[in-house]
Amino acid sequence: MLQAERLSKRYGPVLALDAVSIGVGRAECVALIGESGSGKTTLLRCFNRLVDPDEGRVLIDGVEAAELDPIALRRRIGYVPQDGGLLPHWRVWRNVGLVPWLRRMQNRDELAERALALVGLEPAVFADRWPGELSGGQRQRVAVARALAASPDVILLDEPFGALDAITRADLQLAFGGLRRELKISAVLVTHDLNEAFLLADRIVVLRQGRVEQEASPTQLREAPATEYVRRLLLRARVPAA
Amino acid sequence: MSWLAGLHGGLALLAGFSALAVAQNPPARPIVVASKPFGESFLLAEMFAQLLEARHFTVDRRLGLGATEIAFNALRTNAIDVYPEYTGTGLLAILGERPSPDPRQVFRQVAREFRERYGVRWLPPLGFQNTYAIAVRQETARKLSLATLSDLARVSRTLRAGLTPDFIGRADGMPGLEKAYGLRFGSVRALLPAVKYQALAAGEVDVIDGYSTDGFIARYDLVVLEDDQRFFPPYEAAALVSPAFQRDSPAAVAALAELSGLLTETDMRRLNRRIEVDGIPVPRVAAAALLNLGLTRAGPAESRPTREVSGTGVFPYLWNQRSTILSLTLRHLLLVGVSLAGAIAVALPLGLALERRRRAAESVIRGVGLLQTLPSIALLAFMIPLLGIGVIPALVALFLYSLYPILRNTYTGVRDAAPEAVAAAWALGMTAGQVLRYVRLPLAAPVIMAGIRTAAVINVGTATLAAFIGAGGLGDPIAAGLALSDTRMILSGALPAALLALLVDAVLGSLERIVTPGR
Repeated sequence: MLQAERLSKRYGPVLALDAVSIGVGRAECVALIGESGSGKTTLLRCFNRLVDPDEGRVLIDGVEAAELDPIALRRRIGYVPQDGGLLPHWRVWRNVGLVPWLRRMQNRDELAERALALVGLEPAVFADRWPGELSGGQRQRVAVARALAASPDVILLDEPFGALDAITRADLQLAFGGLRRELKISAVLVTHDLNEAFLLADRIVVLRQGRVEQEASPTQLREAPATEYVRRLLLRARVPAA
Repeated sequence: MSWLAGLHGGLALLAGFSALAVAQNPPARPIVVASKPFGESFLLAEMFAQLLEARHFTVDRRLGLGATEIAFNALRTNAIDVYPEYTGTGLLAILGERPSPDPRQVFRQVAREFRERYGVRWLPPLGFQNTYAIAVRQETARKLSLATLSDLARVSRTLRAGLTPDFIGRADGMPGLEKAYGLRFGSVRALLPAVKYQALAAGEVDVIDGYSTDGFIARYDLVVLEDDQRFFPPYEAAALVSPAFQRDSPAAVAALAELSGLLTETDMRRLNRRIEVDGIPVPRVAAAALLNLGLTRAGPAESRPTREVSGTGVFPYLWNQRSTILSLTLRHLLLVGVSLAGAIAVALPLGLALERRRRAAESVIRGVGLLQTLPSIALLAFMIPLLGIGVIPALVALFLYSLYPILRNTYTGVRDAAPEAVAAAWALGMTAGQVLRYVRLPLAAPVIMAGIRTAAVINVGTATLAAFIGAGGLGDPIAAGLALSDTRMILSGALPAALLALLVDAVLGSLERIVTPGR
């Protein structure tokens, strides 16, 4: 579905990505985990060309991303930023219908309502609200609905639940996990929360200083941490050792 | 809405102006008579104008132009045809030459130099001198036995002076007096001519500068100290005539010369008193004076419509002047509306463009901000050689002053508008144009509107200065009222201007609320 081959990206003196390769299969969820500055967000942004790598290539369904129009590409891929990024001057229904509107789809109101219902927000109650009238959890749900409204095959999530309180976060994680499996969407999830990665991901990529430290399924990672760094990461996150 | 109406009116007026410019043929052109912004200059200019009209010339009055620099620049470049000037001012302020005590010699010198340097002609002097006068109250003179400026120098350190800003700075004013007499006052306050005499009479200051023909000297029974060292150069009044005017209209110039030598200092003090103290309208005083001199006959000049002032209070006066005030207000709105519309049309796109070139942005905006620091009178004086006098240079100046607040707020507003929303819109596939149109601009709209509102309110205030380059508006009665010490006249411009500022602020304020998106 998504393929990154030997991606390198340099910002001035900082090597954000150093020959990173990963793949994301159909309906698979891959978590990118690492500290700030590990390159996980840069890698995520290469998939919808918010960042173009200096070296290496990105393949989307086997087509080189560099050959695709970035605007059209972004409209095909769902995106959820950490802070929701809702347009404060648009009501909820308009925010959710953004991508269908950009893609000039016919039934955008219907798509928006369906997406709202998917994330557990009653359209009749929420469609006409302003983002400022929502709680943090509701705003993130709207952001997820907005990413899903045009039924993309792939969705990119940049620490989507990081700013929420623990209870709300757990609610949203469960809801999102179920929804993704049900809709069979591929996902790339950037997070610094290892527990979140274990809960939602089929595969975990640990990044450190722009390199892949380990790539494994949650079970493999727990059973056989490849390096001291990964072991410490597991300890710190209080993930029970296998 | 108000400024939209102003914009329409303004465009119509601009169109009218250019039509006028095309239609102007030398013979049919009205003679532009101007004055500087003080009572005697108003009066002399009005006498010039009425004399010309009595000789069947068409006259366009531009009374109360900024100051010497503005009036003279306008004359030199043929934007005006004639205004009253003083030989001493010509020698010191315009030519920058050293003063000489002999009036005949000074006149010969300015006449020669002005002809050679500028092609400008001095008509023979009108007959009186209006030189600087240093005045004190009767009791001060008695108590300290003051008769001359040398006497004053002995005690000057114990006295408080109230001087016109002009006089404090110019070489033939305070700095020269310090050198010639060793005058040094205990304190010096800058006072406008309009309040100087009241301040002296009320004992707020002890010494003021005035002019020897001021009507207030008699009114307050002041003592003018004798210039025993002959420091002040002679200030003989005369008509100053532009190069084009003397070439194109010799007959009109000859008509003006009829006034030469006819006015004495006593005459002038009496005429000035009627204007400054008795509050009689300038056109009536001028008409009566011309009649007395035998230059006009009772009839045409006397029947010129002059506004009778009934009642003594401010409000009866304002009511009486309502149609004048209304038309001045409309002119004012037009100046504000057109210059503001122009500033929006330039600053808004520029602010948006700079948002994409942030490295250049700060220096460009700071450069525009520098315009804000230019004194308005200096800017106006600078523009006369390029744009003449009247509405056009006023619009350009107001336009330049309006740029900064709009530019600054547009740039900052668009740059700082909800960055996370902008990032998300971009990540979901909006084009740069869509991000600008649907996200950045609407989110920045309240900030941009606030900038426009600031510019508009400042503009309403600054536009009162347009009077100094003959552009009209509510500054006209303010400038004339200041010149004639007429409080009611000042208020008839200042009150509507203040109300207009409040109104513009309120209208744009509600517009600001309308464009504020969401919650």
